[in-house]
Amino acid sequence: MRLYLQKNHYGDYGDGHAGGLEQDAHQDPQKQWPLWEVFMRSKQGLDHKHAGSLHAVDATMALENARDVYTRRKEGVSIWVVESKHIHASDPNAAAEFFEPANDKIYRHPSFYDLPDSLKHM
Amino acid sequence: MLQQSIKSYIQQDLQTQYLLHLADNALILSHRNSQWCGHGPILEQDIALTNIALDQLGQARNLYQYAALLITEKTGIATTEDQLAYLRDVGEFKNCLLAELPNGDWGQTVLRNFLMGSYQFFLYQELQQSAIGQLKAIAEKSIKEITYHVRWSADWVLRLGDGTAESKGRMVQALELLWAYTGEMLEPCDYELPFIATQSSFIKAAWEAKIASVFSEASLVHPTNEWMQSGGKKGIHTEHLGYLLAEMQFLQRAYPGLEW
Repeated sequence: MRLYLQKNHYGDYGDGHAGGLEQDAHQDPQKQWPLWEVFMRSKQGLDHKHAGSLHAVDATMALENARDVYTRRKEGVSIWVVESKHIHASDPNAAAEFFEPANDKIYRHPSFYDLPDSLKHM
Repeated sequence: MLQQSIKSYIQQDLQTQYLLHLADNALILSHRNSQWCGHGPILEQDIALTNIALDQLGQARNLYQYAALLITEKTGIATTEDQLAYLRDVGEFKNCLLAELPNGDWGQTVLRNFLMGSYQFFLYQELQQSAIGQLKAIAEKSIKEITYHVRWSADWVLRLGDGTAESKGRMVQALELLWAYTGEMLEPCDYELPFIATQSSFIKAAWEAKIASVFSEASLVHPTNEWMQSGGKKGIHTEHLGYLLAEMQFLQRAYPGLEW
């Protein structure tokens, strides 16, 4: 018995593949709308946070879809969208050299300094 | 069925008729749009249209609640929004024919929403100056929702009208089918006149200008036929409304007064 395994990274597969066996004609990957990542700032928020992703043919539709899908319960007052293909991700296999060297360098935290009272949001 | 005394009150009160007309337009269009729920061409657009249907249902509820309040005050018979939505028969509905036509394909659905939403936009803009406080408040609340509905549906008319040969063909077909039903919205009938008499020619002109500009951008040929269908506002409907009501009203008819 041979097993066909394919590793999927986030965003590089469409709905047609999600169900495994179900692949009908209209879900031809060539005809899939591009995937977009949605970032939203809430009313009290200072920064845009990743909210999720969606399909849309262009930026205008992506913004409208984001409004319809992610702000139904007053979650946001500002939306950014970016096509998923423009996001470059760090390689999980390189996590050791990327992140672990920071683990034993506690002196990099600002807790060793006295912060002035006027400094907010730290 | 509505009690006979409520029916006769409605028949002689223009303001109640006008409120029901506005509410019926919103409810029937909402119901048609809600029929897409779970069947949209893509998840995001399914949610978009369902949101719009819910907005329209909310507008209908506000108007029915206000009408029910007036009827209760004037007749002394407790009347609810549910009775007005679910216990009136086809001939008592006052929505425009355009609202009750079947959805057809996606192109026909978005075009109907564009044609009707644009009309509602200019109408509600005028109703924001209404002398009737409650109607003014409802218009102020609704206009933001309607502004988005028009933006969304106009976007789709542009995409499909100016898209592929197939999408364009479908839009042309949809326009041919729907056009004869647009005139009814723009010609005020007796119960509308006391409330929008002076503004109706402005609404018509603004609607025509909006439609013409989107059609030309979408490279859709503006229809030239001038003969228009009408009757919905006076309760003379297409065969489609009966089927729609049979489905929509079933629960309240089978189990009167049932609540969730």
